[in-house]
Amino acid sequence: MMPNLPMQAVPPDWPGGYWWHWLFFSILLIAFVVIMVMGAIWIERRGMGRMQSRLGPNRTGPFGLLQPVADAIKVLLKENIVPDSADKLVHWLAPVIAFAPVMMIFAVVPFQNGALLADLNIGILYVVAVSSVATLGVFMAGWGSSNKYSLLGAMRNVAAVVSYEMPLVLAIVGVVLVAGSLSMNDIVLAQDIPFILLQPLGFLLFFTAGCAEINRSPFDLMEADSELVAGFHTEYSGMKFAMFYLVEYAEAIAISAIITTLFLGGWRGPVLPPWLWFIVKIFIVFFFMVWTRTTLPRVRIDQLMALAWKFLFPLALINLFITAIQVLVWPDALPWGLIIVNIAIMVILVVVWSKFFKLGWGRLEV
Amino acid sequence: MKFERYGIGIIKGMTVTIRHLLRHPTVNQFPEQRLNVSRRTRGNELIWSREKCTGCATCAKTCPQGAIEIVTATNAENNKYEVETYRVDTGYCIQCGLCVEACPYDAVFMGYSYERAKYRRGELVQTNDELLESPERPASGYYHPDIAGKLPVQTLLVDKIVEKRK
Amino acid sequence: MTTTELMTLKTEPFVLNFGPLHPSTHGVYRMRATLDGEVVLDIEPVFGYLHRGIEKLAEERTYTGFIPLTDRLDYICPMSNNLAYCLAVEKLAGIRVPERAEYLRVIMAELQRLVNHFIAVGTFLNDCGAFMTPVVYMLREREKILDMFDMVCGQRLTYNYMRIGGVGQDIPEEFLPALRKFLGTTPRFIEEMEWLLKQNEILLARTKGVGILPRDTAINCGISGPVARASGVNRDLRKADPYSIYDRFEFDIPTGEAGDCYERYRVRIEEMRQSLRILEQVTKQIPGGPVRAEVPHLIRPPRGEAYAHLEAPKGELGFYIVSDNSIAPYRCHVRPTSLINLTALREMVRGWKVADLIVIFGSIDITMGEVDR
Ligand code: SF4
Ligand code: SF4
Repeated sequence: MMPNLPMQAVPPDWPGGYWWHWLFFSILLIAFVVIMVMGAIWIERRGMGRMQSRLGPNRTGPFGLLQPVADAIKVLLKENIVPDSADKLVHWLAPVIAFAPVMMIFAVVPFQNGALLADLNIGILYVVAVSSVATLGVFMAGWGSSNKYSLLGAMRNVAAVVSYEMPLVLAIVGVVLVAGSLSMNDIVLAQDIPFILLQPLGFLLFFTAGCAEINRSPFDLMEADSELVAGFHTEYSGMKFAMFYLVEYAEAIAISAIITTLFLGGWRGPVLPPWLWFIVKIFIVFFFMVWTRTTLPRVRIDQLMALAWKFLFPLALINLFITAIQVLVWPDALPWGLIIVNIAIMVILVVVWSKFFKLGWGRLEV
Repeated sequence: MKFERYGIGIIKGMTVTIRHLLRHPTVNQFPEQRLNVSRRTRGNELIWSREKCTGCATCAKTCPQGAIEIVTATNAENNKYEVETYRVDTGYCIQCGLCVEACPYDAVFMGYSYERAKYRRGELVQTNDELLESPERPASGYYHPDIAGKLPVQTLLVDKIVEKRK
Repeated sequence: MTTTELMTLKTEPFVLNFGPLHPSTHGVYRMRATLDGEVVLDIEPVFGYLHRGIEKLAEERTYTGFIPLTDRLDYICPMSNNLAYCLAVEKLAGIRVPERAEYLRVIMAELQRLVNHFIAVGTFLNDCGAFMTPVVYMLREREKILDMFDMVCGQRLTYNYMRIGGVGQDIPEEFLPALRKFLGTTPRFIEEMEWLLKQNEILLARTKGVGILPRDTAINCGISGPVARASGVNRDLRKADPYSIYDRFEFDIPTGEAGDCYERYRVRIEEMRQSLRILEQVTKQIPGGPVRAEVPHLIRPPRGEAYAHLEAPKGELGFYIVSDNSIAPYRCHVRPTSLINLTALREMVRGWKVADLIVIFGSIDITMGEVDR
């Protein structure tokens, strides 16, 4: 697998040195992401089909495995329609801007010990910073296509991302405190026990906030198909639509990868080779997202905000506080005792905070 | 509004969907797997029997869409009253089955077959011999219990599900 | 911009067209919504995209020939439409219906109620954003009933089964066993649905207290059916003005108090249970005998007029027929359930968010075929 490049003192003896090396692995990484996205689409459609007592696509290739490929070809061959009144430049640029950051996230995700494109020592911070750039692309799409549905969807998305960034980051900080490092690789190395056990509340918060951030159901307000037709990409077709579709799933894969890295022990696991463990864990997390999407209705925009600010944010603060105390007071406490204590704390906090948590009635006098 | 149940309802819902993952799906794969349609199915073509029809035109009068057109003539040679044209415009027909019900001589039937779409509107207007029964145009048992008895039993989704549960 | 300027920043409402082609307007309904951000200030319904002039067509059909067209009114529940029309003509012509036919009519009407509520609840939950799952489960159950309808009348959607003075054909012998099997599996299915969504926090948050229709408004607007009963109007024509043989069966009329979307959903689920209860009783009591009264082929009712109504799944469905002693109605008017239930929509949605607009609209349960006719 990929060697740990920046750590190496001597440049690899490829012709052209680092540059060729990086180019090669970047392309490899993009190919990897695209293939993962196809796998994710297949899992989503088949899994959802079975949960809805249907079969899902099963005609193209064995078990319908080639369906995403067929869809991709179909969508790429479609005509590219740009509305007359659209802001052409913004409309054209939006998918690109949404697409790039998602790919950039994968640069710092470790597939194996040290096998990552760039072992930044601020890896997780980089992820947080880069991932919010995608919102810009979504907003440009909403604004540029001069469609009211798109605009509503884009505004919802911006509001959601701004709010959910807080609990997301605070949940990450908990992990960083326990691991003692911001580098993704070091965080994985620190997980002798997966952090989901040491940080159960953090995991819950991160999963919820992550789902909201990438607009997976039940927080898929920005493309709420029963309300806004298709949300921000209503006016997109052909290749550009394919880009948005890719971004949507690549984001889901990215969040699954980060959850795997931060909470599930990354590539660590017995028997199987590390990169396989990593992929399996990503798909397990992704399957969980599919499962929630199949089951749950969608929340409303004010409820989404209320959940972020009144429920997740305070809990994330409390979680951070408790974690800090635990790290300070018992730096090497018996982990099993700590696990039980932490799970108990999580249950108590969620139950108690639910009592305080009130949603508004949502009606305005007009 | 409070979050009263701390997510119990959500978990309950999730158990239902995951249980469906393990159950048999209830769809069937159409072109390969075919179900038997109802014995009384009102398929999309009328079937007419030249021998039984007397040209009384009851069916044409009953038809709410005016889809049936009958021209009769007297045949002077053998002193008989006979049907010259029996024309059904399937494009107008709404498959209501009232003509079959009304015919006093049991001379029209609803079709039993499906997948009988046509490419041109003109082909939908069928006259005389095109309306006769043939292997690819069997008659259905709508208002004809004798025919219904010979047709295969309808497959029911209830039966399928009840069998799978066992 | 300074802070004061920002705080006095003017915003203005904008108009958003929902429909006629929109994923959740259940057909070709169109509303022009005036929005202030996400808040609905006002809506203006635009009807008529599905107008086919069915009432006028009735004047050119024979009395029997109009039955297939009633199928096309509320195409989710054609049996109820058939029945309402036949009741009106029977009232006008003074025709008595044989015993067995009455029972068959009740079976079909109650199965039709189940079909409608499956669709209503499923699409309502779909509008709430539960991605297709409830709707697919509900359609699966509906499929079982459609199989049975197919068995008796040969079609899955436009049944044309009721006739003036009875029903079209007697049921085949496979029908009752299939119905019993269906009655055996469905209560379990409804339980499962309850598990899936009854206590779901998100659903509760989305529907409780949303789109309240006060009792007085419901009565003043002439709203009927589950929507009215959810607001506490205890009126069900099966009890209030028993037609056919509904006075012989035991069943309750579920009513709610709050009049919100959640209550409408609950009332529908309860009604399904009651329908199953009625069906149980019918299958036990059903007698033999003829299924159709002796009526002439072309009915000529005496001069006069008649109005017959029944409790269709969506509410009170009525047919008003004027006869001039010819073979076709002189005038036929339908009291459409969906259209009248829609009248209170504006009151219900004002001040709610866009997402609620869709949910409230879905909870009323309309069919465009009946609204536009
Ligand atoms: S099925 Fe109905 S519409 Fe068609 S020809 Fe017969 S009576 Fe006319
Ligand atoms: S009613 Fe029957 S017998 Fe009379 S014309 Fe029609 S098909 Fe022939």
